[in-house]
Amino acid sequence: MKRLFSRSFVTLAALGLLSTAAAAAGAIEGGGKQPLNLEAVAMFGLFVLFTLGITKWAAARNKSAADFYTAGGGITGFQNGLALAGDYMSAASFLGISGLVFASGFDGLIYSVGWLVGWPIILFLIAERLRNLGKYTFADVVSFRLQPVPVRTMSAIGTLTVVAFYLIAQMVGAGKLIELLFGLDYLYAVISVGMLMIIYVAFGGMTATTWVQIIKAGLLLGGATFMALMVLAQFNFSPEALFKKATEVHPKAIAIMGPGTLISDPVSAISLGLALMFGTAGLPHILMRFFTVSNAKEARKSVFFATGFIGYFYILTFIIGFGAITLLMNDPSYFKLGANGTYDKVKDLLGGSNMAAVHLSKAVGGSLFLGFISAVAFATILAVVAGLTLAGATAVSHDLYASVIARGRVSEQTEVRISKISAVVIGIVAIFLGYMFEKQNVAFMVGLAFSVAASINFPVLVMSIFSKNTTTKGAVIGGFIGLVTSVTMVVLSKSVWEDVLGMPKGSAPFPYSNPALFSMTAAFVSIWLFSLLDRSATAAQERKSYEAQKLRSETGIGIAAASAH
Amino acid sequence: MSPEEMQRIRSHPAYEELVRKRTSFGIVLTIIMLVIYFGFVLLIAFDKSLLATPIGAGVTTVGIPLGVFVIVSAFVLTGIYVRRANSEFDALTRQISEDL
Repeated sequence: MKRLFSRSFVTLAALGLLSTAAAAAGAIEGGGKQPLNLEAVAMFGLFVLFTLGITKWAAARNKSAADFYTAGGGITGFQNGLALAGDYMSAASFLGISGLVFASGFDGLIYSVGWLVGWPIILFLIAERLRNLGKYTFADVVSFRLQPVPVRTMSAIGTLTVVAFYLIAQMVGAGKLIELLFGLDYLYAVISVGMLMIIYVAFGGMTATTWVQIIKAGLLLGGATFMALMVLAQFNFSPEALFKKATEVHPKAIAIMGPGTLISDPVSAISLGLALMFGTAGLPHILMRFFTVSNAKEARKSVFFATGFIGYFYILTFIIGFGAITLLMNDPSYFKLGANGTYDKVKDLLGGSNMAAVHLSKAVGGSLFLGFISAVAFATILAVVAGLTLAGATAVSHDLYASVIARGRVSEQTEVRISKISAVVIGIVAIFLGYMFEKQNVAFMVGLAFSVAASINFPVLVMSIFSKNTTTKGAVIGGFIGLVTSVTMVVLSKSVWEDVLGMPKGSAPFPYSNPALFSMTAAFVSIWLFSLLDRSATAAQERKSYEAQKLRSETGIGIAAASAH
Repeated sequence: MSPEEMQRIRSHPAYEELVRKRTSFGIVLTIIMLVIYFGFVLLIAFDKSLLATPIGAGVTTVGIPLGVFVIVSAFVLTGIYVRRANSEFDALTRQISEDL
C-alpha cells in the first residue's frame, strides 16, 4: 500500500498545530525546557494586560445576546477579515510551516497551499447565504426550515467535536511551546491559556474575542513581515540569490527546491486536500464570525481580506523558512553539538526544526525581537482557543440549551448566562484535557477536526442551503454517518492505530492518512438518499418551506438584524 | 416575509437573474479553484521531476512560481467574485428590495 505522505508530513498534516510540530520529528522533545526568557515573558505579559483591558471595556458594552455572540454585529468587513485571519493562523501555521520549509524546503509550500484554498470556497458558496439566513450559529441556518431540535442537536455535536479535538491540540501545543519559548513549565501554559480564554470569552464575549484576534493578526503579520524583509535584504531582495545560498547550505542541497516525500499517493493527497478545503468551510468558530458583520456585502469583503492576509502570511513563512536555512545552518550556536562538535543541520536545531522561525528572529533582530516573536507565537494560541471556546459555548447555550432543552422558552439574559457558564466549563475541561494529554501523541487531532468539519458541518450546511429535497431525517442521518465514518477511519488509520494505540507497524486497517474523501462522500450521499426516501408529512412541509428560505438566502430581505439595539 | 411579498420577489425579473447569475458564477469559480489546487497536488503526485526543473540557469524551480500562483489565484478569485458581487449582484438585490 502506498503511503501518501511521509511520516513527518502526516504528523505535520495532522497538526495545523504546534503539537504536531512537536510530534513531527520528536523535535521538540529533543529541545526540552529552555532557560527562562524574561523578555519574552514580559512582552507576553504586556499583550495579556492590554487584552484584559479590552476585555473589561468589552464587558461593559455587552448588554444583549447579540452583543455577546456577535459583538453587536457592527464589525466591518476589513476588521472581520483580520479577525478571521487571527482566528485561523495557528502557531502551527507559523512555526510548523516555517519549520517544514527549514527541514524540507519546497514541501512546506505544498503544505501551506492546502490551508488557504478553502477560503475562496467559503466565499463562493457559503458566506453570503450564511449571513442572510443565520443569527448566531450555522445551526440557525440549518434549522431555518428543518426541525430545530434534531438538527440543532446534531450541529451542536458536530461543533463540540471539532472544538474538542482542535482545543486539545492547541492546549498541548501551548504547553510544549512555553517550555521552549519562555522556559516555563508545561502546566503553567495549560493553566494560563485556559484561564485567559475563559476570561476573554466569559466576560468579553465576541467583542473581546474579535479584538484579541485582530491584535494578534496584526502582531503576527507585522513580525513575520519584518523577518521576511530582513532576510530578503541580505540577498538584495533577490529570491534567486536566497534560494541559491540555501541550496549551498542545506544538507539536501538542490533537492529542497522540488517536491520531496510529502505527497506520493494521489488518494491520500486528494483526501487531505478535501479535508483542508471543505473542513475550513465547516469550522464552527470560523462560520460564527460571519454573524459579526451587518450584511452579506460585509461578509463577502471579510473573506476577501482574510484570504489576502492568510495567503500573504504563507508566502512570508516560506521566505522565513529559507531565511532560517541560510542564516542558521552554518552557525553552531543554534544547534545541539555532538561530542566532536559536529551537528545535524536539521535534526539538531535547538528545540527541533519547528523552532526555526524563533531562532531566525534572534538572528535578524536580536534578543529583544526574539522575545517579541516568542510572545506573538504564544498570543497566537490564545486568539485561536478563544474563538474555539466561544463557538463551543454558543453551541451549548444557543443551540442545545435555548432550542433543545428549553424549547425556545428562555430569556436572552439566561441564554447569555448559560453561554458564560459553558465557556468556564469548556475552559476547565480544556485545562484538564491539556494536562491529561501532555505525554500523548495528539498530532492526529487537528487533521481529525478538519475531517469532522468537512464531513458533518459542511455537508449538512450545503445540502440544507442548496437542496430543496433535504429533510430533517436526511440531514440528521447523513450528518451522523459523516461523523461516525470520519472518526472511525481516523482511529483505524496509522496515526491513531499505530502511533497512539501502539499496534504493530503496518497493521492499520485504514490505509490512507485522511478519511475526508470517503467520509465526506458518505455524508453527502446519505443526506441526499435519506432525504429522498423521506415521505413523511413533515418532509413535505420542509420541502415546501424551501422557497421562503431561498428567497431570503439569495436576497437577504428580512434578515436578522445583526444588532438588537 | 408575507406571502404577498414572497410572491412579489419570486416574480421579479431581477430575482431570477440574480439567482441564476450568482449561482453559476459561484460554481464556475469554485470549479476553477478546485482545478487549480488539485491540479497542483496531482502534478506533484504524478510528476515530481517537472516541478523540480530549474528555470533557466538558476536554482529556482518551476514549482515555486506555480505554488505561489496557487496562493495568489485564491486571492485573485475572491477579488473577482467580490468585485462583481459589489456592483452587479448588489444592484439586482437593490432593485428587488426597492420594488417591494
